[in-house]
Amino acid sequence: MSRYELRFSGAGGQGLITAGIILAEAASIHEGKQAVQSQSYGPEARGGASKSEVIISDAPVDYPKVTACDALLALTQEACDKYTHDLKEGGILLYDSEFVTRLPEGNFKKVGFNIISTAKNEVGREIVANIVALGAMISLTGVISRENGLKAVLSRVPEAFLELNEKAYAAGFDKAAAAAAA
Amino acid sequence: MSKKVAFLQGNEAAAQGALYAGCNFFAGYPITPSTEVAEVMSIELPKVGGKFIQMEDEIGAYAAVLGAALTGKKALDATSGPGLSLKQELIGYACIAEIPCVLINVMRGGPSTGMPTGPSQSDVMAAKWGTHGDHASITLVPASVQECYDMTVQAFNLAEKFRMPVLVMPDEIIAHMRERIEFREPGEIEIINRTEPTVPPAEYKPYDTRFGDVPPLAAFGSGYKFHVTGLNKMQDGFPTTKAEIVQAEEERQVRKVMDKVDEIVDFEEFKMDDAEICVVAYGSTSRSARYAVNAAREKGIKVGMFRLKTFWPFPDKQIKAIAAKVKGFVVPEMNLGMCSVEVERCNEGKAQILTVNRVDGEPLNPEQILVKIKEVK
Repeated sequence: MSRYELRFSGAGGQGLITAGIILAEAASIHEGKQAVQSQSYGPEARGGASKSEVIISDAPVDYPKVTACDALLALTQEACDKYTHDLKEGGILLYDSEFVTRLPEGNFKKVGFNIISTAKNEVGREIVANIVALGAMISLTGVISRENGLKAVLSRVPEAFLELNEKAYAAGFDKAAAAAAA
Repeated sequence: MSKKVAFLQGNEAAAQGALYAGCNFFAGYPITPSTEVAEVMSIELPKVGGKFIQMEDEIGAYAAVLGAALTGKKALDATSGPGLSLKQELIGYACIAEIPCVLINVMRGGPSTGMPTGPSQSDVMAAKWGTHGDHASITLVPASVQECYDMTVQAFNLAEKFRMPVLVMPDEIIAHMRERIEFREPGEIEIINRTEPTVPPAEYKPYDTRFGDVPPLAAFGSGYKFHVTGLNKMQDGFPTTKAEIVQAEEERQVRKVMDKVDEIVDFEEFKMDDAEICVVAYGSTSRSARYAVNAAREKGIKVGMFRLKTFWPFPDKQIKAIAAKVKGFVVPEMNLGMCSVEVERCNEGKAQILTVNRVDGEPLNPEQILVKIKEVK
């Protein structure tokens, strides 16, 4: 696999940097690929547009940032407006269908579902919205296997929250697949 | 046996490297984008019997490091630009009093408070020239998470070997990005400890040049008593204004590093064998440069990269040799021209020099470098 570039974007505090770290760790440690995760965020601890970028490749990754984005997650309208400009033709845009209502023009696949509401109402805690989104991104891109993604999620989560996160990951994975097929 | 691997941030890896080197004291004052170094040290040092102190400010932190180092500890501090400015007086003190210690300075935008979360490479001149007076500097510039680990080990070794402060300066991108790293096995990297005195306490002088340009350093509390000052001093550590002693001591403190420059300077040459253009880069910018060099090679442009791993001492000899061979240099930096000044000095007017400078808090990307490579005539 040559260089594959992903970006997780939304508001600070939504756990997007964590989602990026888990994906990169899954690719690097569990899947045996080369991966780099980097981030950019404002001075605020909460709020403000936040992004986390992951580059996955079979070869060593030199430039650690996105050059032309293969797959992008946007959890807020602000992030969608700010970070979709370099989404590749034929790329994938995953968005929260409740919070992102104006979609960018472009020849890429747009897949939306209620990511945050899924975490809150179906899984049970809004805090795992990032894991729902992570499951969805892995499902849509196939950049790593479902199993390796789950392994990385569970290795990063405290014992008491294993089940919650496993449920969130599965919900995201399956809902994205259904939304993409629709 | 398979090695311990982990997926870590540059700052976390630097802290792990410090522990591998035997660091047993950390004093700091948290500042973005270096705080994770302090976080890891605060968790890990107590486990190995070390001490962690969060001080009242950046100056106090470095002062504590100097004091700890004089008692025989391997001492570390971590900061960013504004902290580097505050510590400059004490960096000079560490130079003249010859106190081995390590400072990790993660580069963010400046001057002053600048852009706390944005990347920069604008502290490389402050690393050497920030404190006043003649002195040598050893400053290492990692370009990967693994190098944050390895170079911090190396920094402690150099500090102990040359009895002086050493800086490790990742930019914010390197400090905050995450990659797979391998923890070094015990013995895999040689650990250098300072030379201790062989004479009895009554005969000990802290700057006794009978033992060479790097005199043995006794630990306070081990029975050896000596005087430490920021004034020019005699071999016994007490102040002097005697011209010949001051001249000799000043020269020795620079010579101890510059005589060993070939041993200290580390670098990487990438696709330089047949290169007609040389990109001189360091830190995260060298990763953009590697991408750009590969892209330019695909277009048939004969370009390579010289990557600095040691910023100070500057690799004069290597850049001079390249200047005699290539038609042009491209120097990309996240500052308005610092490394490029050194390249110009070494170039002595031979090759064309083009710079790429970015100071807006965004990463300097491969495309910007590629454009400049194509402009070389």
